[in-house]
Amino acid sequence: MAVNDVSLTVDRGEFIALLGPSGCGKTTTLRLIAGFERVDAGTIEIDGALMAGNSVHVQPERRRVGMVFQEYALFPHVSALANIEFGLRRMPPAEKRARTQEILEMTGLAGLEGRMPHELSGGQQQRVALARALAPNPALILLDEPFSNLDAGLRARVRAELGEILHAAKATAIFVTHDREEALSMVDRVAVMLDGSVKQMASPHELYTNPATRSVAEFIGDANFLPGFGQGDTIECELGVLAARKQIRGPVDILLRPENIELLPAQPGLPAARVRHSLFFGHDQLITVQLPTGTHLIARSGPSDAYVSDLPLQLAVRSPVVAYPRKK
Amino acid sequence: MSDAARLTIHRYFGLLFRALVLLIALVMMLPLAYLLFRAGGVGWTELLSLLGRTRMLSIMWNSLLLVCGVTILSLALALPFAWLTERTDLPGWRVWTVLAMMPLVIPSYVGGFTLIAMFGPRGVLQELLSPFGVERLPSIYGFTGALCILTLFTYPYIFISVRAALHRFDPSLEEAARSLGFNGLQTFLRVTLPNLRPAITAGGLLVALYTLSDFGAVSLLRFNSFTRAIYVQYLSSFDRNVASLLSLALIVFTIILLLLERHSRGRGRPRYYRSSAGVVAPRKRIELARRKWPALAFCGAVVMAALVLPTGVILYWLLRGLTSGESLAPVWAATLNSFRAGALAAVAAAVLGLPVAYAAVRMGGWLMSFAARAVYLGYGLPGIVIALSLVFFGANFAPWLYQTMWMLVFAYVVRFLPQAMGAMQISLMQMNPRLEEAGRSLGLGNRAVFRRITAPIVRPGVLAGMALVFLTTVKELPATLLLSPTGFSTLATQIWSGTDEAFFARAAAPALILLTMSAFSIFLVLMQEEREVIGG
Repeated sequence: MAVNDVSLTVDRGEFIALLGPSGCGKTTTLRLIAGFERVDAGTIEIDGALMAGNSVHVQPERRRVGMVFQEYALFPHVSALANIEFGLRRMPPAEKRARTQEILEMTGLAGLEGRMPHELSGGQQQRVALARALAPNPALILLDEPFSNLDAGLRARVRAELGEILHAAKATAIFVTHDREEALSMVDRVAVMLDGSVKQMASPHELYTNPATRSVAEFIGDANFLPGFGQGDTIECELGVLAARKQIRGPVDILLRPENIELLPAQPGLPAARVRHSLFFGHDQLITVQLPTGTHLIARSGPSDAYVSDLPLQLAVRSPVVAYPRKK
Repeated sequence: MSDAARLTIHRYFGLLFRALVLLIALVMMLPLAYLLFRAGGVGWTELLSLLGRTRMLSIMWNSLLLVCGVTILSLALALPFAWLTERTDLPGWRVWTVLAMMPLVIPSYVGGFTLIAMFGPRGVLQELLSPFGVERLPSIYGFTGALCILTLFTYPYIFISVRAALHRFDPSLEEAARSLGFNGLQTFLRVTLPNLRPAITAGGLLVALYTLSDFGAVSLLRFNSFTRAIYVQYLSSFDRNVASLLSLALIVFTIILLLLERHSRGRGRPRYYRSSAGVVAPRKRIELARRKWPALAFCGAVVMAALVLPTGVILYWLLRGLTSGESLAPVWAATLNSFRAGALAAVAAAVLGLPVAYAAVRMGGWLMSFAARAVYLGYGLPGIVIALSLVFFGANFAPWLYQTMWMLVFAYVVRFLPQAMGAMQISLMQMNPRLEEAGRSLGLGNRAVFRRITAPIVRPGVLAGMALVFLTTVKELPATLLLSPTGFSTLATQIWSGTDEAFFARAAAPALILLTMSAFSIFLVLMQEEREVIGG
């Protein structure tokens, strides 16, 4: 997968996610940072030192970058302990022992260090992989889809553990995922990668509420788009005049998240929207409504009200809203 | 007929069948049993004097040296070759992979023939050099020659197993080591090599077993290892005790190697594969850049020595023979003889193998599994040992069989029945009993079930097994040499005598025919392995 126009800056101690659909080039980006692939253009710097680019290619073993592989890549011929000690060979024995002990306790692996990799469960294997990468105290840790090999039940717990361990280790880390919930819930900042380039890098909150482009908005969560006309601070549309998050003029598409659409009882005399169908999940429900002009919107609502087909409704929008210039 | 009567017949038939299987197994054990019996008759004092007289220790030492030498040298060829074809962007790596495996096709004595016909007295090189006044070449006989030939034609065993292991090997292990501060070479030594160890051990033991039991190359090149010593004893003194003692020692060595091999494949050991299945990043081949020239030179040299030169030498002598009016009539006669012996052995193997294979797959009980194991015994025994024990046995107890075609075919069956059994067992395992029951429930009678369900499913395995026995029989040398009826010459014996007497042109045509047939047999084995993989 070709990667171009990737611009990432990670502060020390920060945990960021590289989020994108499969095949968008996120793993390639990780491998470029680790030094397994060579860059054709652009540069990679770690702690101010040039690692790649401008005809420089620092070998992976000299970058101080730890990697947790998707398949963990634990060395199957040695024990968990030997795996963790692998990167510590230049340390004096006493120091090595202390560091290993520290890492084992931090990752909750104490007592399991004598086992061979195949004798460990999936979650334990992953912690060994993390411990191995953390042990040499790297400048940066890279995690390639670290949860994709775990079954759903285990995933939530391991996710929390991993976040705590990385936090405790004060590690700087980048992790790659295609799961947007995973990315939004775990990290300080998320970089959204689509078609080989980073479209936006922001905090999860900013990313969700103020996506930079229409495609980011669609990728990061459920999205409705309603045509409208920008008039500076306001946007005129079928649902009335809405406050704009920032100045915009001309024909636009307004981003409406399902939870930002309020469903109200129909008022006599006003044209009503009608319920087309609804999906009930328990903690919430998704209702598809049709506006008088024929446009369909999906709204999210709490479980208390029942929405039967053809029920007339009035729609209200929580502003301000984000809008994107309509493409011709 | 009443149901009770039918049941009785059924039970008797079952008993009879078991007895038949057991009988076959016992007959297959005959050679080994006789050898043990003979060697057991040697007293202690006699044993000590025999040990001194036959230079037993030096023979053991020779064999050990050869086995170690061939294994190490094969490793030195196979490991880099496998790595280059599997992990680097070596130009034409696909072609090199096939070429690297092809020397397996050349039987060791044909290899011996080509070496002698090239570098030996009256060989190609000497003829080329004689105008320059070179009269004598350094001798290729003895250790060096045997070492070269056996290495060149057995290294593919290691190549195949190491290549497969490299193919399975997860490249992210290497990347993990790199990211932990190891450079390329350190990574190879600390991570790649330890993970290849099982494959190297398995391939190396195969090479060691082959070397230990090989008769053709060491005998032609006159290197006194076990097999040649046994043959020489047989030829010169006809001293049964010495020969059987040597055979027994050889068997002990073979068993040690077989046990090691079993141990290396043992269950319960950690399997050195990736820990979980899933998507693996498409592996990138290492760029050789300018290092590709020495790499190409290495691969080229191996293929040249193990494949191009041998076939070239054969073709050269074939042309020489044809232009100087060498008659092809003996070759046709020998081919016919080889085919006849092979066909008889194939039929016998099918007839004797099928009941045992059926018993092994479908019938329980220790007696039946013992029978199957007894039949597999022949696989581990060196050919010269089987041949010799049958010579003694025939001369003593069955003079009416000795030096007849039947004795020869019997020796072939003892040696190669396991091959046929292997193929037949696989297809019998595919023959799920539920299929037969389904046939019955669809209204087919016993006979119709056999004709329309059982036979079509089992047939390919039986045919493959027969083909395999046929082809390996045609290649077989030691038993053919020792047990052929007088005046009965085959392709193998013609190559043998042609080389021994330096009539290289006479050996060329049989060698070429053998090579072609051998290629077929290797192809069959590979096909069968494929089936085994698919069959689980």
